[in-house]
Amino acid sequence: MEVLFAITIGVLVAASVYLMLSNHLLRFIFGLVLISNAANLTIFVAGRLTDGAPPLIPVGADAPEIAANALPQALVLTAIVIGFGLFAFAIVLVFRAWTSLNSLTPDEMRLAEPEEAHK
Amino acid sequence: MSWLLALPIAIPFLTAVATFLTRDMPVGRWLSIIGSAILLAASIVLMNTVLREGVIAGQMGGWAAPFGITLVADLLSAVMVLITAIVAVAVSIYALADVDEKMERLGYHALFNMLIAGVVGAFVTGDLFNLYVWFEVMLIASFGLLVLGGRPEQIDGGVKYVALNLVSTIMFLTGIGLLYGMTGTLNMADLASAVDTADQQLLTVVAVLFMIAFGVKAAVFPLFFWLPASYHTPAFSVSAVFAGLLTKVGVYALLRMFTLVFDHDTAFTHTILLWVAGFTMVVGVLGAAAQSDMRKILSFHIVSQIGYMILGLALLTPLAIVGAVFYLVHHIVVKANLFLIAGVAQRIAGGTELSRIGGLYKSAPFLAVLFVIPAFSLAGFPPLSGFWAKFLLVKATLEIEAWFIAFIALAVGLLTIYSMTKIWAQAFWEPHPDGVEPKLSKLSTRERNAFLIPIAGLAILTVIIGTMPEPFVQFAERSAAQLLDPTPYITAVLGEQP
Repeated sequence: MEVLFAITIGVLVAASVYLMLSNHLLRFIFGLVLISNAANLTIFVAGRLTDGAPPLIPVGADAPEIAANALPQALVLTAIVIGFGLFAFAIVLVFRAWTSLNSLTPDEMRLAEPEEAHK
Repeated sequence: MSWLLALPIAIPFLTAVATFLTRDMPVGRWLSIIGSAILLAASIVLMNTVLREGVIAGQMGGWAAPFGITLVADLLSAVMVLITAIVAVAVSIYALADVDEKMERLGYHALFNMLIAGVVGAFVTGDLFNLYVWFEVMLIASFGLLVLGGRPEQIDGGVKYVALNLVSTIMFLTGIGLLYGMTGTLNMADLASAVDTADQQLLTVVAVLFMIAFGVKAAVFPLFFWLPASYHTPAFSVSAVFAGLLTKVGVYALLRMFTLVFDHDTAFTHTILLWVAGFTMVVGVLGAAAQSDMRKILSFHIVSQIGYMILGLALLTPLAIVGAVFYLVHHIVVKANLFLIAGVAQRIAGGTELSRIGGLYKSAPFLAVLFVIPAFSLAGFPPLSGFWAKFLLVKATLEIEAWFIAFIALAVGLLTIYSMTKIWAQAFWEPHPDGVEPKLSKLSTRERNAFLIPIAGLAILTVIIGTMPEPFVQFAERSAAQLLDPTPYITAVLGEQP
């Protein structure tokens, strides 16, 4: 199970690095979404994978021998929520860049740092 | 005790809510100042308590450490909270004149206070995942502040800032996941001992992940490119608070993690840090020498100065850590002030591009005096605060006979003087190219007060630290002792250890 997850994470990271290195902002954002999911999966696997052992038990029952680790799930949930906010902002920002700079190619975005130095 | 630790986070949060609700009314800006003042009071109380009682910790929600979220303040955290509050007060007064109503209506004050809450939260948290959350609070508020107003240059700088910071965030998150998988805990005090039993080689890999993640935030070589791309674009009060505080959160996180948790293989990790420190100092100061805009020069100098702090951490001797702590505090005051002064220069002389302004010394001598203090402190002139900061660090390098890095530190100091005299000569000394007389009396009395009171206040603080360094150095020594021997920190969080 862990091996399967490790391969999945590896593929996600590889794809996202490829996307982020392409000279286009929208692809960069897609790459960022992918790699953040890879990070979330990493946290999830780091909490150990347990099959069919929910951590909830009836009142009065003893703690089970094997239970799913609830903490990584809480962490991943937090990270997803935060990531959602950040990506919403990033996508709007890229849209603004498109409307006000007429470009989504980072190499062409030289407004804040003009190419020729002022003398 | 936990309310005392939660207050510095709760106050700016509540202020943010209040200023958001009153963003259409002039009362909002006053609420922001009052909120910052209350934060300052709370941080003074916190500082006092930490000085009196040593490290204090509070378990939020009554969950015992290491299971719940712990807030903890040692001397370093307390002084960082205090200096954050001082900068917050200065900048919120400055914003009275610098931030127009359009920006206020877009929620400037709410974002500003949210940023302060994030910064303070990062300083007092004792939990790694919680640190991530505060980084995000800080980051999203800074995104908003950076592009507020929406000029095309801001969008351009914003894209680069957002992109690189998001990558660093994901690195940080991955590092947290791996560290948790190895140790089963995220409490920093608990991690300090939990990492001893972990696979040491894998731990070094994780340490480097953290180094890269925090290195982006701290703007060290070769990860600093987002900083000079964006810091000269937003409003002056925004770039002052960014310049003063944001990169320093990264430095603080490095200081904390690489003294408390990742001190297992210092021959590897801290050697990397030493190289990084040297390159950061040199590349930053050379970048500044090539610029001709006041804010761009100052932005590159942030990078260069970060190198000095990393140098202190990399050497990891008691004196070097003293120097790093002293440098951290001195730098926040000085750097924020220089950006505030650049804002006044822009207002009265019509720009920050050095070739287009001038005559500030003749027409606004008071501003010139106020510029000289932080500028020469930054370069390390005695008897200003920067001299002692550099003196401590250079002495630390000489002590362990690291001649080459000592030479670099001194040479970078010289080049800093070159940049500062360039600003001085072109903006202050030479006459204005368009014959404009940049007098302070151009500003209304209200604006003048709002601009000059915070600048003068921070300048006085620089002079006080410089002329009476003894108590501050002693404080830095105590703080460094706590960093190098984290037993009190761990005891405060987890209770007595067997």
